[in-house]
Amino acid sequence: MIQMEKIYKSFAQTEVLHNVSLSVQKGEVVAVIGPSGSGKSTLLRCLSRLEVIDRGSISVEGEVLAADIPGEKSRYADEREARRICRKMGMVFQHFNLFPHLTVLENVIEAPQVVQGLSREAIIPEAEALLRKVGLLEKKDAYPSRLSGGQKQRVAIARALAMKPDIMLFDEPTSALDPELTGEVLKAMRQLAEEHMTMVVVTHEMAFAREVAHRVIFMDKGEIVEEGTPHELFHTPRHPRTQAFLNSAL
Amino acid sequence: MEYIRVIIGPMLEGTVVTLQMFFITLILSLPLGLLLALARISRFKAVSGTVGVYIWLMRGTPLMLQLLFVYYGLPFIPYIGIKLPDFPAALMAFTLNYAAYFAEIFRAGIQSIERGQFEGAKVLGMSYVQTMRRIVLPQVIKRVLPPVSNETITLVKDTSLIYVLAMNDLLRTTRSIVQRDFDTTPFLVAAVFYLAMTFVLTWIFQKLENRYAVYDE
Repeated sequence: MIQMEKIYKSFAQTEVLHNVSLSVQKGEVVAVIGPSGSGKSTLLRCLSRLEVIDRGSISVEGEVLAADIPGEKSRYADEREARRICRKMGMVFQHFNLFPHLTVLENVIEAPQVVQGLSREAIIPEAEALLRKVGLLEKKDAYPSRLSGGQKQRVAIARALAMKPDIMLFDEPTSALDPELTGEVLKAMRQLAEEHMTMVVVTHEMAFAREVAHRVIFMDKGEIVEEGTPHELFHTPRHPRTQAFLNSAL
Repeated sequence: MEYIRVIIGPMLEGTVVTLQMFFITLILSLPLGLLLALARISRFKAVSGTVGVYIWLMRGTPLMLQLLFVYYGLPFIPYIGIKLPDFPAALMAFTLNYAAYFAEIFRAGIQSIERGQFEGAKVLGMSYVQTMRRIVLPQVIKRVLPPVSNETITLVKDTSLIYVLAMNDLLRTTRSIVQRDFDTTPFLVAAVFYLAMTFVLTWIFQKLENRYAVYDE
């Protein structure tokens, strides 16, 4: 589904991604863990076109978003094409990024209306079904400011799903939440995983990575240090950096 | 009281001129200001730089000077030089000037919207235009209402500058009456007229702010 190859990315003089390759299969749940500043969020942001890579290639479902040009910067598909390719991916942010001027329901139907040109009436049933799924149908007419963090994040998940993505990207979805609110968000994500959604989850939730992910990737200092099944990574980490991180995180 | 009834006719005529100038300027300068704001934050340096210079000129010279220049100076500019009648000349000067102020208000408003809003819209597949129209600008309006209200009220009073083009707005009409009758009562009446106009504006902007208060950020 996703092929990222030999990605390099620098902000000014600081290299944040160094020769990172990641491929994700259909239906796979990949958790990316690592200390802050390890480049794991940047990797996800490169995938969703929020950051531009310097070198390397990205393709999604066989379509090339960015092509590697030896000796030069990666060449991106043109804007319209890139937007179309990236529409296969939905993204959930650490800080939700809900639209404060729209109600919960309007947040969910906004993109289908504006991007896909669907009529309000045509998508409301589906949007309501998504809100029911994340347990927030009764909040559909509330504005985001009236919601708790956990509720906001569940709306954000419903909003992303309304575009019918094949892949869901999660960028530290529970990091901005009070501990007692992470459970409801993780539950919604777990449910998605059970429905065989392809997911890439950047997270600090070790329990989620261990229980839900098919594969765990450990990143540090802009590189993928180690990857494997949750069992391999959590029980028999090979690399000392992984061991050190897990010792401090668990 | 009898005296006021006599002078109110001409003063109302002056008020009509003031209101025309005010409304047309507002209707033209708000969208122009928005376009200038978008150009000002453009990533094309030539565009944003040019608009930056324009805003500097408009905010850096007296409105009165701009008014005089458009009316008396424009005809002498080679090729494009045209002699505008007084009303269009004043309208042009006010619009160009106020658009510059509105541009800065809108620019600040747009830049105050969190980056996450742009990113949230982008990952949902929205284009720049869709993001601006549907997500950013509706939130900008709420944030810029107070400064726009300020500028709008200032505009009502700034229209009185058109006396330099000998146009009979509310204030110039009033002054003529004062000079003719050696009575300062018309000044008080004019003050009441201006206060009434700004009262209505304040009320309208209050209503707008209330409407946007349905959501918090």
